[in-house]
Amino acid sequence: MDAFLNQVFAGLATGGIYASLALALVMIYQATHHVNFAQGEIAMFATYIAWTLINAGVPYWPAFFLTVAIAFVLGVLIERIIVRPVERAPVLSVVVVFIGLLVIFNSLAGWIYTYTIKVFPSPFPKEPVHLGSHLFSAHQIGAVGVTLVVLVLLYAFFRFTPLGLAMRAAAQNPDSSRLVGIRVGWMLALGWGLAASIGAIAGMMVAPTVYLDPNMMAGILLYAFASALVGGIDNPGGAVLGGFIVGVLENLLGAYVIGNELKLAFALVLIVGVLVVRPSGLFGRVHVTRV
Amino acid sequence: MTIKPPVSADPSAMNKNRIIALVALLLIVCALPFMVSNYRTFQLTLVLVYAIALLGLNILTGYNGQISLGHGAFYAIGAYVAAILMDRFGVPYYLTVPVAGVVCLAAGFLFGLPALRLEGLYLALATFALGVSMPQVLKEKHLEHWTGGVQGIVIIKPDPPFGLPINQDQWLYYFTLAVLLVMFLLGWNLLRGRVGRSLVAIRDQPIAAEAMGVNSALYKSLAFGVSAMYTGVAGALGAIAVQFVAPDSFNIFLSITFLVGIVIGGLASIPGAIYGAIFIQFVPNIADQISKAAPWAIYGVFLIGFMYVMPTGVAGAVRIAWARIKRKTGGAGPT
Repeated sequence: MDAFLNQVFAGLATGGIYASLALALVMIYQATHHVNFAQGEIAMFATYIAWTLINAGVPYWPAFFLTVAIAFVLGVLIERIIVRPVERAPVLSVVVVFIGLLVIFNSLAGWIYTYTIKVFPSPFPKEPVHLGSHLFSAHQIGAVGVTLVVLVLLYAFFRFTPLGLAMRAAAQNPDSSRLVGIRVGWMLALGWGLAASIGAIAGMMVAPTVYLDPNMMAGILLYAFASALVGGIDNPGGAVLGGFIVGVLENLLGAYVIGNELKLAFALVLIVGVLVVRPSGLFGRVHVTRV
Repeated sequence: MTIKPPVSADPSAMNKNRIIALVALLLIVCALPFMVSNYRTFQLTLVLVYAIALLGLNILTGYNGQISLGHGAFYAIGAYVAAILMDRFGVPYYLTVPVAGVVCLAAGFLFGLPALRLEGLYLALATFALGVSMPQVLKEKHLEHWTGGVQGIVIIKPDPPFGLPINQDQWLYYFTLAVLLVMFLLGWNLLRGRVGRSLVAIRDQPIAAEAMGVNSALYKSLAFGVSAMYTGVAGALGAIAVQFVAPDSFNIFLSITFLVGIVIGGLASIPGAIYGAIFIQFVPNIADQISKAAPWAIYGVFLIGFMYVMPTGVAGAVRIAWARIKRKTGGAGPT
């Protein structure tokens, strides 16, 4: 039973990471109906920036917030310069551009930082924490905590600030928003910036456990896709819940049923399964198109 | 920004000049192995292999508009079928190629069935997942008996038959060339007629196509199967040429390489597959000298750049250039 609970908790900890990345995917999907295949690589690249800062002697938390800010600017720039020209292009062009971004960030990281695996520090103490009779690593608890803080902040931002309201309006009905004076293009760019920041946080939280290398995000991105789809790709809350569900399921199945080698195949089955059986996910809206 | 290359300007119009040009090209291609080193011959063999794979992906993505980011997986299946048949069952190499094709036809058709319900973006997601998870499946412990696990399988290079006075690399080149010719002829026949028009119609106007009586479900899964078959045949030939298969050579980046190939060669174009194959074989070799990461940086820049300025790829550019020359000289060539 103890081992089981530990597995569940470890699942929640990785689930938090998937949830953050899924949230970033959903933010961009809601606003533009694009799935950002480069999301994981942008997060990876931001984590490398944090690594550079920390190695240059910046203390962890200032480096953390500086990285989040840099990722934000990076996200805005990508939207403005690269994604905007293909905004109304066919799906294939958009997917190709995103794959191009994925490849560019991956190779840039490899070029600048080489492909050797690097250790990334955790801001949380090394000693395990006692919760009741269980031992948990402080980093796991910290990562879950950071994820939850991000969620609360985002919720508050979208719910209680005028800018958040404007962004929601721009995503829901661009034409009417433009009529009431919202600069829709910039709202999309802000959405990209936020998504990149959230991705950067996810990257920095996962890097201490999986170590830092240019290919660290491929698998995680896949789980994030699965999470977003399970929760409903147009529902932020659903995506977060989906992240935790996928994290726990992945850990339990890996530990008790299919073993660690087939974990990615599980993500594949989940993705195809959800898309075929219930494309709107658990909490997504069902779309009806008129032909 | 839309990608709408013509179905080809009446490809059945094979005038005399064209036939002469093609025969001349074929003669040059046949003479190549005697003019370059064995290593170059091996590289050229890989160009032919990639061309077959790219034609396969182009049938699905270029002509039918179904985005696949996981064709590396079918290439892997083809390669493993060939390797396992040769290594474990002693099947001669030339028989493994059609078997790989049939296995991949079935695999593609089966994956295409659920994929039928997925449109555009979602299909891209599902195939991306397929491409990412393939190496892990190949490493699976229960399959190790056949696949050799992480170690992979080593294959022995076939000897030229009938005591032909050529070496192994040259023979493999001609063998691959022969397969390529058959596959391209089949593809050309498939795409220039009713089937090709139906595929393009489904890509451009799915609802109108259905209204015209095109069986969309059938053609879409057919396109998936045929496309996987081409890629599987290429995978088998590639395995024989490289003499080695291992899970990690079939990662997601192989699938992305194929995507780079068809985007740069030209979507929905048969010669585009060859231009793309030349690009993905030789550009990384040159760029490798700058940095290990350089080929991919170049791929990325080319992917985005081509989408902006040349969405019809090299094949489209060649077509435009050709039309200009014709107009200037006043000839009434192929329009």
